[in-house]
Amino acid sequence: MPQLFAQPSLFSRLYSGKAWSMLAAALALICLVFHMLNLLLPADSLFHVSDYTVALTGKILCYAIVALAIDLVWGYTGILSLGHGVFFALGGYAFGMYLMRQIGMDGSYHSSLPDFMVFLDWKTYPWYWQMTDHFWFALLLVLLVPGVLAFVFGYFAFRSRIKGVYFSIITQAMTYAFMLLFFRNETGFGGNNGFTDFKRLLDMPITTPQMRMALFILTGCMLIALLLVSRAIVTSKFGRVLTAIRDAESRVMFSGYNPLHYKLAIWTFSAMICGIAGALYVPQVGIINPSEMSPGNSIEIAIWAAVGGRGTLIGPLLGAGIVNGAKSYFTQAFPEYWLYFLGLLFVLATLYLPQGVLGLFEKLKAGRRAVKHSDNNPIEKA
Amino acid sequence: MMAENISTGNISSGSLANSGYADGRVSQPGVLDTTHGVVLYMDDISVSFDGFRALNKLSLAIDVGELRCIIGPNGAGKTTMMDVITGKTRPDSGTVFFGQTLDCTKLTEPQIAQAGIGRKFQKPTVFENHTVFENLELAIKTDKGIWNSLFGKMTGVQLDRIGQILETINLRDLYKSRAGLLSHGQKQWLEIGMLLAQEPRLLLLDEPVAGMTDHETERTAELLNSLAGSHSIMVVEHDMDFVNSIARKVTVLHQGSVLAEGSMAQVQSNEEVIEVYLGR
Repeated sequence: MPQLFAQPSLFSRLYSGKAWSMLAAALALICLVFHMLNLLLPADSLFHVSDYTVALTGKILCYAIVALAIDLVWGYTGILSLGHGVFFALGGYAFGMYLMRQIGMDGSYHSSLPDFMVFLDWKTYPWYWQMTDHFWFALLLVLLVPGVLAFVFGYFAFRSRIKGVYFSIITQAMTYAFMLLFFRNETGFGGNNGFTDFKRLLDMPITTPQMRMALFILTGCMLIALLLVSRAIVTSKFGRVLTAIRDAESRVMFSGYNPLHYKLAIWTFSAMICGIAGALYVPQVGIINPSEMSPGNSIEIAIWAAVGGRGTLIGPLLGAGIVNGAKSYFTQAFPEYWLYFLGLLFVLATLYLPQGVLGLFEKLKAGRRAVKHSDNNPIEKA
Repeated sequence: MMAENISTGNISSGSLANSGYADGRVSQPGVLDTTHGVVLYMDDISVSFDGFRALNKLSLAIDVGELRCIIGPNGAGKTTMMDVITGKTRPDSGTVFFGQTLDCTKLTEPQIAQAGIGRKFQKPTVFENHTVFENLELAIKTDKGIWNSLFGKMTGVQLDRIGQILETINLRDLYKSRAGLLSHGQKQWLEIGMLLAQEPRLLLLDEPVAGMTDHETERTAELLNSLAGSHSIMVVEHDMDFVNSIARKVTVLHQGSVLAEGSMAQVQSNEEVIEVYLGR
């Protein structure tokens, strides 16, 4: 009997051979093909990938990381966060502070302070800007700021056993409150203009095609690395406890697990992933402002996951791509109809694709398999 | 964290119980002490919900190795009593001691579960999206902290134990099936199997044979009879034939307190019991 329960190696636990080769292909596409088609081919070539496409895809890859983060808490643990935008934005702001420091004396006022501080007539950096000129410290903040906020918020919410829509509403309120806070000039983060006009990253000019491509490749590699880490989490016993919490929390408690610890761990991890996504997003897009924390943004994140297919990790990545691809098309072709389309997409996905786009694929695949060998169901036989 | 201090199933030498405390009991998390032969004391428990007295000065004791059946009409407080024992509901007054030393009214649900009280719900509650094997894997007695769940591996002993339990609950061939696809009776058994995997000292079973076929009910009775002695078991059940087939001692609850206690025959001939419950 025990050999029936053989525990697979980490490699085969994560993905099948076929899925691994697809991941490798995706990695090659991001690192090599995009790279060559964008930088090495002449601009008038048929296969040339424009800078615009690289920028757009890079942005969507950042969104995909956020979608991954929300799938861990929503898809697997059943905690619907409608406030993940705040963690994304805080990661972006944390890294943005470093980028602002890198501008140095090149701002409009040729001061060592950012333009908005000069405008406010501040003479020195406020205390929370200390050390932000160090790259390593910025990276630390990218992880710690969203992580600490999520930990504190999560601790009180989960300890009070706030669940379901109540939790979702509180997360909306949280992101809204942060948006209002960051809109204020006195907060010291540039008010409603946020941070922009970045000049350098690691003392290298930030607007060159090479830098853009480097950030793009970094984002792609980060996405795949985080996908694998997340996959390792959800295929471990820890992941099965998360799903068990989603399906029958009281049984989990009476089995001797403390759901608070599990929820808090995955919630904080998810927020830190969002912080990473935000930090990669800001140098590529060139701006971060409080509108990233608007409640609508966070709802959109949940829609990516719903459209792609919750609880699958890959699904939400696809969802982020599909919705944002559609968004960039629609907001150009029919700008006033985008929100209607988004709403429609959400309703249709909820009604007809409860498992999302990925669920549709699976169903088609299962249908084909069922035709091939029809009586292979152990339950039916028993 | 108190959870880490609790080492399940430890039996102390009883030195504390003899150390001069007036009632012999003191809340001392970490050690289950059943040297007095009693696994569960409930003393003077009252619980109200919005003015409704669900439990009214309930006192009850379960001996080590005992199989106790609790019967009573709807609303008598049977499920509330289990909620109080397992930490889901806090009583307004009264004490619940697991052994001599563990005060259940001060512990959380997971702490009580780790201390050795297993509970089966009225409605079978298994993890429907997990396989039968994974359900038992999640239940099995081990370190239930985050770290161990992330990086721990099951030992051969644990795998063997799961294999035994699968035989006991007759789900050996279905171990790879999703629990949600099982029949109602099979889910009931899986839940009992999950309790066994926890290796509890006290099992609380809320209507374990509800929705089972006669054959399944018979097998469950056999199972419970074989577990009694090595485990202390408290069963809440409506099925009188089933109670008859397993009961050694029966407690009748009525309006939140104990109405009668004794053998099935004694209880069945009790005037008051006939009045409120059996006679109707």
